[in-house]
Amino acid sequence: VNSAEQIARDVQSGSMSATSVLEMSLDAIRARNAELNVFLYVDEEGAFEAATKIDARVAHGENVGPLAGVPVALKDNLCQDGIPTTCSSKILEGWRPPYNATVVDRLLAAGAVPVGKTNLDEFAMGSSTENSAFGPTRNPLNPSRVPGGSSGGSAAAVAADMTPLALGSDTGGSIRQPAALCGLIGMKPSYGLVSRYGLIAFASSLDQIGPLTKSVTDAAMLLEAIAGHDAMDSTSLPEPPPSLVAHVNDGVAGKRIGLVRELVDGADEDVVASVERAVEALKESGATIVELSVPEFRLGLSAYYLIAPAEASSNLARFDGVRYGLRVAEGDVTAMMEATRTAGFGEEVKRRIMLGTYALSAGYYDAYYGQALKVRTLTIDAFARAYQQADLLLGATTPSVAFEFGSKTSNPMAMYLSDVFTIPSNLAGEPAISVPFGTGEAGLPTGVQLLGPGRSEAQLLAAARVLEIANG
Amino acid sequence: VAHVAKLARLTLSEAELDLFTEQLGQVLEHASDMNALDLDDVVATAHPFGLVNVLRDDDVRPCLDHDKVIAMAPDAQDGRFAVPRILGEAP
Repeated sequence: VNSAEQIARDVQSGSMSATSVLEMSLDAIRARNAELNVFLYVDEEGAFEAATKIDARVAHGENVGPLAGVPVALKDNLCQDGIPTTCSSKILEGWRPPYNATVVDRLLAAGAVPVGKTNLDEFAMGSSTENSAFGPTRNPLNPSRVPGGSSGGSAAAVAADMTPLALGSDTGGSIRQPAALCGLIGMKPSYGLVSRYGLIAFASSLDQIGPLTKSVTDAAMLLEAIAGHDAMDSTSLPEPPPSLVAHVNDGVAGKRIGLVRELVDGADEDVVASVERAVEALKESGATIVELSVPEFRLGLSAYYLIAPAEASSNLARFDGVRYGLRVAEGDVTAMMEATRTAGFGEEVKRRIMLGTYALSAGYYDAYYGQALKVRTLTIDAFARAYQQADLLLGATTPSVAFEFGSKTSNPMAMYLSDVFTIPSNLAGEPAISVPFGTGEAGLPTGVQLLGPGRSEAQLLAAARVLEIANG
Repeated sequence: VAHVAKLARLTLSEAELDLFTEQLGQVLEHASDMNALDLDDVVATAHPFGLVNVLRDDDVRPCLDHDKVIAMAPDAQDGRFAVPRILGEAP
């Protein structure tokens, strides 16, 4: 499968049709979807309609857009008008949103072709895609391993060459962790850079939509297409979106890159070795490496697993059997709501709703949620101090390569620990990118993570490109 | 834990209550590292930006299609969401 960059060029020039590109994408989905469980829904009809229109516009000499004819996979917590959207939950089974998420409108305006909806951990809660009500997704690189999560289906779609581009959402690492486990580029943009309108909320102060791709340039193209102010999202940044593709080859010469001990300690040896090699590659390209310790990052996990469930318990209160999705008929309205939620939500979602409800309940609010919000402040301040000494930060994305199915499902805390390196950026609302670099146990890819201050996407992509070239 | 389940509108079995009691305890124990900190002078952050009210002109704008929205409801009556009885019989 070609890169998005190549496909868009070929479709726009007329040397390849959008419909033939789509055929290849659908063939790849047909070949492996039963085995890997990547797509929950494939919209063949809608995709063909979009591709046919693009071919007609090219034939008329129109400029279709920067993603002309490029198939794209959407995580199934992104709303697309009339297309089933489940969040991998039984509580939304059969629901068809009456509107498009802003990112879907922007993809269509850029000439992209949405082909379908990908599997995720239910309501994006998880790190392995094992929490889906519709079965786990398998890692295309080794089907006995998880693809990571929660955007595991989107990562698998790109890794299995089903689509060159996919969108995921990242609340505590849900784009970067699966990207690392599937050998992809995965980026969580600055909070507010991409509109959340039409993203079904998990934790509203942490959620952000971003790209999963095979190349840095494709990630830059996809992020450029979806970024920018949106009046439908009151937390959308007002500034014009940054120019990204033009800066992908800016390099890292003269940049100070901080190697953060707390973003490496505790990782497996193979992962640590890859981070060390990444350090050498960045040095050879002219960067200065500064060794830093940011102890506050260790507290991030504790704060996150109170803040995110607290917000989730509030956001998920809307699933009550009244306006959409499942309803279990039962006595009065309260009994109906309780029966609906009990039948509709899976175990991990219930666990987090319970945790969040507890953290917000009278008598415990100050001790748990209130304390976590203060630790969030400490994390943000710690980032700011680190950026006085370094332009960007470097560490591992995840503590290990892709793990076996079932290895962490019985112990939620063990699963939560796989997010330890990715959480700080969400708490601070700052961007970070995972780049495949080297391989580890069982020949599986290892990911290194670059973190930057707010709106440093262009610098992060340029540094990621240096690693991409060095990784060969 | 049973009280929290009631607040969250979830019915948990005895087995689930036991499991969640243990697992939530583990998460809260991990979070106890925060209790050792002196955070009295730290300001809480609930959101990455200082949120300010976003205002817009009071213009009529298109909104979601009423029929499409109601079509997705589990139960509807006269173009409105229908729910089981909320109030009891009049005395």
